[in-house]
Amino acid sequence: MNRILAITARWGAGVCALALMVGCAGTQPMYGGWNDYQPQVYAYLKSQGELDPAEQIAKLETARQKMELEGKALPPGYRAHLGMLYAKAGQPDQSAENMAAEKASFPESTSFMDFLLRTFKGKAKP
Amino acid sequence: MTTRSTQRGMAWLGSLMVAALMVGCATKPASSYDYTALRAAKPASILILPPLNPTPEVTAPAGVLASATQPLAESGYYVLPVAVTDEMFRQNGIHTAHDAQDLPVEKLRSIFGADAALYLEVQQYGTVYAVVQNDTKVELNARLIDLRTGDKLWSGHAVALDRQSSNAGGGVAGLLLGAVINQIVATATDRSVDVAARANAQLLTAGQPYGLLYGPRSPKYAADSKP
Repeated sequence: MNRILAITARWGAGVCALALMVGCAGTQPMYGGWNDYQPQVYAYLKSQGELDPAEQIAKLETARQKMELEGKALPPGYRAHLGMLYAKAGQPDQSAENMAAEKASFPESTSFMDFLLRTFKGKAKP
Repeated sequence: MTTRSTQRGMAWLGSLMVAALMVGCATKPASSYDYTALRAAKPASILILPPLNPTPEVTAPAGVLASATQPLAESGYYVLPVAVTDEMFRQNGIHTAHDAQDLPVEKLRSIFGADAALYLEVQQYGTVYAVVQNDTKVELNARLIDLRTGDKLWSGHAVALDRQSSNAGGGVAGLLLGAVINQIVATATDRSVDVAARANAQLLTAGQPYGLLYGPRSPKYAADSKP
């Protein structure tokens, strides 16, 4: 009897440990770079889009390289945000490239990216 | 004797197991919330509209908008880039959040192509400075509307508070000095932005009681989208 109890207890302890270890499997973040991206989004919004695009491009490209090295996925919108900055900086090719990359990574963005490609192409500086 | 101690041990283990199961993962939303519309609509992409801001704090919409994407994206939704959508509204002569939120859903759907839109309202934003403590508070209301039908899919509310003691020690002069020092620090580090991020995380992270359900990109999507 004692032996059965002991075995049951040990088994119970095992289940407990397993439950604690598994815990919340979904707590692993899906994307990296939020701490690089969100402050830039905040700065952009706060400036009403008036900040220097070249400066922000430099910061976001550095962060993108870092994330690629670490094998982290870029958050949704990251490439499109860069695409907008490139359009504002008068670099339509890089702009289109980033919009296309957003579309490839997130097909949900297709309709908006196509709309932006038309809009920014029309407004791109010569 | 051995039996009794083993039994006691077992009882203890049993209660620990029950506790572990109860705490577990709060992935099951409260059954009292009606998820019928959200489950049926299955939105995959979300447009976050410029937030209404009845507060006197002019940076509130930027502070709230900047950190609203993360909890939604990590919950499995595609979120349209908020700086780009904001720019789009501005370039098309939509200069206030009211104008943006008053646009017909068909119009929003045709431009942005999103399945749903998040309508936010900032109810409180900023720091109240007092002699004893400084409270930074962000309070948000949200509605998720289906852009294909105009139906309400979900609504929520969250408050995040950061309380800091103003007491720098030593009498009335110390108290006043503490308040002054905290005010300078709070302004320089923009505490409200951090508190807004916490409010957004509380409001928009899926799987909490009364919270949103997981979106299609989440590994947990299938689990809770079943009726």
